[in-house]
Amino acid sequence: MVDYLMAAQWSPYLAGIGVGVMAVLSFLLANRPLGCSTAFAKTSGMVEMAVRGEAVKEHPYYRKFVPAVDGTWMVIPGIVIGAFIAATLSGSFTLSWVPPLWAETFGDDPLVRLGVALIGGFLLGFGSRWAGGCTSGHGISGSIQLSVNSMLAAAFFFIGGIAVAMVIYGVG
Amino acid sequence: MLKDLHANTKAQVVIGLLIGIGFGFFLQKGGVTSYDVIMGQLLLRDFTVVKLMLSAVIVGMIGFYLLKGREMVRIHCKNVTLGTVGIGGLIFGAGFAVLGWCPGTVAGAVGAGALDALFGGMVGMVVGAGVFARLYPRLVGGILGRGEYEILTVPEYLHVNAWVVVVPFVLVMIGILWGLEVLGL
Repeated sequence: MVDYLMAAQWSPYLAGIGVGVMAVLSFLLANRPLGCSTAFAKTSGMVEMAVRGEAVKEHPYYRKFVPAVDGTWMVIPGIVIGAFIAATLSGSFTLSWVPPLWAETFGDDPLVRLGVALIGGFLLGFGSRWAGGCTSGHGISGSIQLSVNSMLAAAFFFIGGIAVAMVIYGVG
Repeated sequence: MLKDLHANTKAQVVIGLLIGIGFGFFLQKGGVTSYDVIMGQLLLRDFTVVKLMLSAVIVGMIGFYLLKGREMVRIHCKNVTLGTVGIGGLIFGAGFAVLGWCPGTVAGAVGAGALDALFGGMVGMVVGAGVFARLYPRLVGGILGRGEYEILTVPEYLHVNAWVVVVPFVLVMIGILWGLEVLGL
């Protein structure tokens, strides 16, 4: 058991089973799909509130997604902590600025990587709110319910992702 | 009993945190908090992401519909809306490839020490979500509602018992996973 917790990597099937159980627990205990992108919209609302005050709560989008620290929002710090525990147990926690595959192809300048990551993050935040969910909310939680809308969303995530990844890495 | 739990906002904060911890733990152990693994999937060289997602969906689908049969969980679905999931999905996909993570795995990458995930990915996501929120009032009556069809779930659309759909879906997903192993992907 201890050996297992300290293993550098698990079979993706076993890890997937764990993720599936977490998604079901979210429906059961929290009465909502396990998702991640809503929390980022709540955070943007909280940042705006810190600058512009309480009036932000009246904005149509933030009336739908109230900018507050609640169960939905807490999933994100939870993921950071859970991944930190997993990485620390296997001795693989390392601070890094540039992923190996990126460095191999585009060099190891952290500022270049940071700029591109900011653009990618922007598109991801914008696109996930446009689509009404992300890989976990639509891709996993929606598919689990056999939601046609979510399964289409997941297909578009991968169509867009594969196409752009091929362009970036010059494949094909 | 569950209704009280769902309405208890303090308990929900703890539940959200604990579910997140479990989720992040499994994402990291499964390897998908790594940029290289995600890009490997999008470049169709490494199928770890698909393997993890399909296993999660198989287990989750069976668990969800077992609990739904006992009325312990309910469906949270929206109508098919192509203007929303089609356009949003493609923008998301572009971000997925440019960043190399999605909204959940980027948080997991931060936990594993990726500073580009924290100062690039997470910061960019908050800004992107904020800009979308600002544009939302102008989009909501138009493009976000284009291509809407009154279709929620596959079993409802086909007017059949859920298990008539769950069983073949699970078998197809197991078949895909088996195929990936046979092909050595």
